Amino acid sequence: MSSYNNTARLTEARRVAIFGGTHGNEMSGVTLVNLWMKNSDEIQRKGVEAKPFITNPKAVEKCTRYVDTDLNRAFTPENLSAPAGDELPYEVQRAQEINKEFGPKGSPEAYDVIFDLHNTTSNMGCTLILESSKDLFNLQMMNYIKKAIAPASCLVLLNEHPLLKYSTSRSVAKHPVGLEVGPQPQGVLRSNIFEAMRVILKHALDFIELFNEGMEFPSCTVEVFRVSERIDYPRDANGNIIAMVHPNLQDCDWEPLNPGDPMFQTFDGKTIHYQGSGTVYPTFINEAAYYEKQQAFVTTRRETLVASAIRKA
Amino acid sequence: MEVDELMCLPRLPRVAVCGGTHGNELSGVYLVRELLKVEKKAVEEEEEPVSVMIVLSNPRATQQCHRYVDTDLNRCFTHATLNGPISDTDPYEIIRSRELNALLGPKGSRQAVDLVCDLHNTTANMGMCFITYSDCDWICLHIFRHLQKEIPDIPMRFIHFDVSNKESYSLDSVGKHGFAMEIGPQPHGVVRSNIYTAMKGGVQHMLDWVRLFNSGAIFRGGFVDVFTMVKHIDYPRDSVTHNITAAIHPHLQDRDFCLLHPDDPLFQTFSGETLRYKGKEPLYPFFINECAYYEKGIALSLARKRRVMIPSIRVETEQEQQANHQQYSSEDEN
Repeated sequence: MSSYNNTARLTEARRVAIFGGTHGNEMSGVTLVNLWMKNSDEIQRKGVEAKPFITNPKAVEKCTRYVDTDLNRAFTPENLSAPAGDELPYEVQRAQEINKEFGPKGSPEAYDVIFDLHNTTSNMGCTLILESSKDLFNLQMMNYIKKAIAPASCLVLLNEHPLLKYSTSRSVAKHPVGLEVGPQPQGVLRSNIFEAMRVILKHALDFIELFNEGMEFPSCTVEVFRVSERIDYPRDANGNIIAMVHPNLQDCDWEPLNPGDPMFQTFDGKTIHYQGSGTVYPTFINEAAYYEKQQAFVTTRRETLVASAIRKA
Repeated sequence: MEVDELMCLPRLPRVAVCGGTHGNELSGVYLVRELLKVEKKAVEEEEEPVSVMIVLSNPRATQQCHRYVDTDLNRCFTHATLNGPISDTDPYEIIRSRELNALLGPKGSRQAVDLVCDLHNTTANMGMCFITYSDCDWICLHIFRHLQKEIPDIPMRFIHFDVSNKESYSLDSVGKHGFAMEIGPQPHGVVRSNIYTAMKGGVQHMLDWVRLFNSGAIFRGGFVDVFTMVKHIDYPRDSVTHNITAAIHPHLQDRDFCLLHPDDPLFQTFSGETLRYKGKEPLYPFFINECAYYEKGIALSLARKRRVMIPSIRVETEQEQQANHQQYSSEDEN
């Protein structure tokens, strides 16, 4: 599989940030980053400057997702270029500060890698979120992580959808990596979820150290789940939810959903079936924060990406 | 007291079902919303033999999908808070608690509704629980037994907080009888269909029981296991920042009501060390890792279990009620 003619030479990834508290009530990331800000021994690697950072301190203090607006949607070009000022929503101000410190987004000075730590109420297990199917570095890193934690599973969610993609905190970096681990209620710290996230980060940093030391990673294939469609709850004329995720679908993230399968259950017990044209793989099923974003779950399609070999330039 | 003894208790003509006391505990929020839709239609029909009020306790917190706006509504029902001095700058929930007391109470008076059922969810793996202040309120205990029989596939426990009427602080204490129906695990801000369905069934069977009771049915006595709260245990915390320094141990997580023995694991520190239960008495843990209790300094609560014998009961006949009325009117509390 390895094609020595096509090894991509990539710049070393020296500047790495680990973001926690982008959503102030997603406790694994808040806890890990606070831990590492106190004592960073665990995240030290040769040739890597790893900086732990709390992105939304006010939301963390209040143990709420956000104060004015979702920080993880705030890194739009409009927000980042808006004139600075106190009248801006808190998270927009934060986005500008973060962009200054870890970006600017799209520039050569931007951080090489940012890991953004998240939890979800959905039963997604360990999920890595990829923003570009062409990011060879990230694909190789994700392949490395998946192999390292096997037989435990770590799936890759690819959100490259032109309409559903959003402007994340991590998008400031050259190689943005989302880490989503669930299920965990907001505001709660579960030790198994915490440890799982910690292990993934350990392998991720190991990969970066090896890469920076000059190791070549041969060509590989990576199975990804590509975001396809956002499905909202059925609502009445006033916008109120009139059905819940069906018990057959609840907790079945990443399992095939076929046309005709139960999808929602109304409050008086009737089943609403999935009417799509083919089999999809739903995820983010019943995420608390997405009720207000009109999303009961997203559908994905399975795809295999090929990543050519990489080596430090 | 003999098991065969039949106790006659006053009718329960007015029942209140309350949801959204905590605005992010969504099974109750959605169930109340659904029941209010049906209530609108049934308003012309006189609901014999019980009249049911459906109440959304904390509308502002519900609208924001937060537990509370200013302060926890479910701690605002002490006599002191309800009857204390009123001010324009009172927290929202204190104003609301007084409104609810006027609607469903006044607490302690003859005008109070006969039964309050307050709907809650928890992030802890507690199944369905009744939470009350009394271990000898035969109405609540019989309703609990009825639900155990009618919904056998859901684990059900009866929890008792030994708090005097003077100190009782929650919404369910406003009625002559009352209990919280607490169902988990469910994350706050989420409605899980299995949890909603369990709550809906619980409320339905509760109302059915009240109708049967008011119609004269006899409910045979027997035994109920009651869990009486003994103490809470907080997380280990950093002395300076007060942040927690350990999480509930993986062996304890989700094991609500599994007996905790001395030396069993309680917490796992972030450096991997196991902290153990130092108590001398084996106790039953519950509310293990409830989100809302981090700020109250509670990682888990511990209870003693004991078997309570409950008498057979039926509703008082009109003659029995007349005879007792003479007695009660001279015992009016304020």
